[in-house]
Amino acid sequence: MSLENKVALVTGASRGIGKAIAQQLVAAGAKVIGTATSENGAAAISEYLGDNGKGMALNVTDSEQVAEVLKAIEEQFGSIDILVNNAGITRDNLMMRMKEDEWDSVIETNLTAVFRLAKAVIRGMMKRREGRIINISSVVGTTGNPGQVNYCAAKAGLTGFTKSLAKEVAARGITVNCVAPGFIDTDMTKALTEEQKSAIFANIPAARLGAPEEVAAAVAFLASPGAAYITGETIHVNGGMAMI
Amino acid sequence: MSNIEERVKKIIIEQLGVKEEEVKAEASFENDLGADSLDTVELVMALEEEFETEIPDEEAEKIKTVQAAIDYVKAHSDD
Repeated sequence: MSLENKVALVTGASRGIGKAIAQQLVAAGAKVIGTATSENGAAAISEYLGDNGKGMALNVTDSEQVAEVLKAIEEQFGSIDILVNNAGITRDNLMMRMKEDEWDSVIETNLTAVFRLAKAVIRGMMKRREGRIINISSVVGTTGNPGQVNYCAAKAGLTGFTKSLAKEVAARGITVNCVAPGFIDTDMTKALTEEQKSAIFANIPAARLGAPEEVAAAVAFLASPGAAYITGETIHVNGGMAMI
Repeated sequence: MSNIEERVKKIIIEQLGVKEEEVKAEASFENDLGADSLDTVELVMALEEEFETEIPDEEAEKIKTVQAAIDYVKAHSDD
């Protein structure tokens, strides 16, 4: 299996896309540490990973906790070879009504935390001349979406972050890429209103929501040795809704 | 040549892939030894590990020559 002896960290792995990613990386042979914000979530991750990894509680907006958890992972599993920044939140509101804390919390969790985690793993990857950082962005980071100026700004920010870091570390055998899901069948999209959903469906040539596993497949590919020459790229997984 | 000097030079030779005779005290990593900015960051990382110390970013930025690296380690090492 292509990810044998590799250690992967997947944030936001208790459900949805993150869970599917963790399971596919395990299927490819990796040891996976999945994080969730709550102890309950971490326990659920431990349960589905079994002997192939572990769930850990992590609030990605807490620098000290990130350092502690990373240390614990290195001691127990070794250096992280694959980082998948999947944890994300939405705080939707029209711009006219959006509060500053709705803006801040989305930028902090969806963008700043990616900087924080990447920084924590990059040193080890530089030393080993090998590594994969995969950021889960979103189609709306490219297309925009009403009611989501905060979310779209954070996701578009990830693209710039990804390209810049990819250029910095490419010569060290580390790739940095994005996977940009369209509308995927998860709790996050269940929160959309019927009005939002029907508008979205009219624009998806595949005429259905995507499955979390279909996003995870793109992540598993980018994590694999075969993707070593792909960096700074975004793979869109959106059923044709935006061809960019 | 002191032990520290030898160890620092050995790391520079390994990290930058240069010849021993090129690693003169006044040699600049970027101008004389062909290092780019990321090479210099990695060199500082290697020094941190060899001498089990943490070099703060603002100090690391000043380590641009072989002599500066030796001086820093000498000033901050318990060996």
